[in-house]
Amino acid sequence: MVQNASLSPRSILLSFLVFLTLSVAPAYGQGTDSTLTLGSKKFTENVILGWMGTHLIRAEGLPATHREELGGSRFLWEALRRGDIDAYPEYTGTLRQELLADVDVAPGALADTLARYGIAMTAPLGFNNTYALGMRADRAAALGVETIADLRDHPDLRLGFTNEFMDRSDGWPSLRRAYDLPQSARGLDHDIAYRGLESGEIDVIDLYSTDAEIEQYDLRVLRDTKDHFPAYEAVFLYRRDLATRAPAAITALKRLAGQIPADTMQRLNARSNIDQTDEATVAADFLNQSLGLNATAETDTRAERLRRYTADHLVLVGLSLGLAILFGVPLGIVAAKRRILGPGVLVVVGVIYTIPALALLAMMVPPLGLGRVPAVTALALYSLLPIVWTTYTGLKGISGPLRESADALGLSAAAKLWRVELPLAGRSILAGIKIAVIINIGAATLGALIGAGGYGQPILTGIRRANLGLILEGTVPAAVLTILALALLEGLERGLLPRSMQS
Amino acid sequence: MIQLHGVTKRYGDAYAVQDVTLTAASEATTLLIGPSGSGKSTLLRLMIGLTRPDTGTVTVADDRLAPSNARALRRRMGYVIQEGGLFPHLTGRANAALMARHLGWSSDRINARIDELTRLVQLDPDRLAQYPTELSGGQRQRVSLMRALMLDPDVLLLDEPLGALDPMIRADLQDDLRDIFRRLGKTVVFVTHDLGEAAFFGDRIVLLRQGRIEQSGTMQTLLSDPASPFVTDFIQAQRAPLEHLHAEE
Repeated sequence: MVQNASLSPRSILLSFLVFLTLSVAPAYGQGTDSTLTLGSKKFTENVILGWMGTHLIRAEGLPATHREELGGSRFLWEALRRGDIDAYPEYTGTLRQELLADVDVAPGALADTLARYGIAMTAPLGFNNTYALGMRADRAAALGVETIADLRDHPDLRLGFTNEFMDRSDGWPSLRRAYDLPQSARGLDHDIAYRGLESGEIDVIDLYSTDAEIEQYDLRVLRDTKDHFPAYEAVFLYRRDLATRAPAAITALKRLAGQIPADTMQRLNARSNIDQTDEATVAADFLNQSLGLNATAETDTRAERLRRYTADHLVLVGLSLGLAILFGVPLGIVAAKRRILGPGVLVVVGVIYTIPALALLAMMVPPLGLGRVPAVTALALYSLLPIVWTTYTGLKGISGPLRESADALGLSAAAKLWRVELPLAGRSILAGIKIAVIINIGAATLGALIGAGGYGQPILTGIRRANLGLILEGTVPAAVLTILALALLEGLERGLLPRSMQS
Repeated sequence: MIQLHGVTKRYGDAYAVQDVTLTAASEATTLLIGPSGSGKSTLLRLMIGLTRPDTGTVTVADDRLAPSNARALRRRMGYVIQEGGLFPHLTGRANAALMARHLGWSSDRINARIDELTRLVQLDPDRLAQYPTELSGGQRQRVSLMRALMLDPDVLLLDEPLGALDPMIRADLQDDLRDIFRRLGKTVVFVTHDLGEAAFFGDRIVLLRQGRIEQSGTMQTLLSDPASPFVTDFIQAQRAPLEHLHAEE
């Protein structure tokens, strides 16, 4: 045991070092210092813009990578301020209403306010992606409706709006007051609204002014003559330090200013969302045509993609599970052995698990940034519960006579734990690890939201483009991985546990 | 030799052991007997330090038992409980060898000692490769005894070691155990609730009642010179069933 006692802390230390090395290593596709990194949000338009920026910077001869479809505006904003990314496409309305909501931004002073955060913005790219009302073009033409104010003359029109729009402070109630509209509206699901519009059951719906569906259904966007809706003009945000690090990148991004009118953006969105063309290609084609670039989008084959997703996913699951075991088993021991600390450990681990995985990921971004480190940390925390609890119950379930037999032999507390209690709790602990594997492989798909890659990436893209094939590209391998991992653990159980301890 | 001096142990308000002074002599078998709850198992646990006395002292050979030396003293004592207390994740051999391996004995030394003990307890050596669940009750107790004797302790404590065995196997093992005790010449303390077993093993019998010693001495003394009506009743209660049979004949 003397050898054992000195060996196990050493092996723990060793595995911890291995973890540190791996987690500090850049995630797949993440650039090294000289490479610029662009980000984009998880909706099609933003991904296309992100690719445009990437292509433009590359055209200047600078290496650049694109971390596409990250979880939300707040993630990107934080990542930009931390320097995890150097630039991303944003909307002035989002800046004013959401990201700088606590700050009093005077009209026209947005750029000055951003400068305080070490961030700059380009001139607007040309379109305003705000809330808007839309009608079928033929019907609007027949009734002579061009602006929202024109709706006043047609009180019989039927209005169907998304529930979000019905509730928003700048949504239907205030719009109705602003334009003094006579109609009443009903709340609908977005998809149903489009179908209602097509069949003629509904005349007016709410939409975003660059939605792909505007072109698909041949809709007319009614002009907001009273400027009721806040402007959501697309711009590129970038770190001010680019001016010294890579001035050419700023020049590149600025080339897009005023280049993309709303109908062009609608068309590009439709190419991606409806024709299922890859965003990188859509962006490259547009730039080649309108700015005379010679950009090409490298598109992976399905096998290459699968290999990349699998590698990323395995790293996420492997590291986080390793950490969860490394910390979970000792915590389970503490829970079982320490009278005051023990229940505390169980409660804390339980509370962590009640945090939705998505929220836990989001909490990791401000302190840890984007990519593998926050994803692995969140997943490890999330996988603690089953391991801690089964270790605890496994140890607590050992009968009194067995425990006393170990004491009566004269074993020290450590030797008793190592030679008797942990082996006896082994089956229970392994069961906990199996549960953790299943939870972990599923939850790791959320890692894509913070740029950690994995099987979540095709799932996100698939949901965005309503493409079942892409969703399956993520879910099927995740299911296969779960089955393989469980088979592996089953084998491990047979190899590790003596036959008397097997089920 | 084990000495208890003025030992009292309470659980809440109830006395498990009350002011007991007792000496278990070397090279002799001391039998602790009494009804359930009389404190006989608690006395054994006090001797091996699994329970600490509220007052009084426990001395093993010349060392006073204290938390600081309990572990070292336990290695000089063997302990066998009713179901054996064998670890289900270890084979019979690994159970017996556990402490020796922990102390870093060479495998030659371990094997030699196991061979010796296998002969002593008269176990088929093949059975040692089995796990406890694969052994019969009697075999389990033989392995359990091997484990208790592995480090050649001065003291052997047995807490109803034959209590869970059926009568035929029990009789067999009783014979073997008595031979072993005589051959080894250790300080043996044996807990039982069975009067016949006490008479069979006991050089000295200690009859307990509600945590106190009611009477101690040889079986003959208890029979011929009972200290109280309880002693007579206790002996009578265990004799009665067979005597009824005689009466009916």
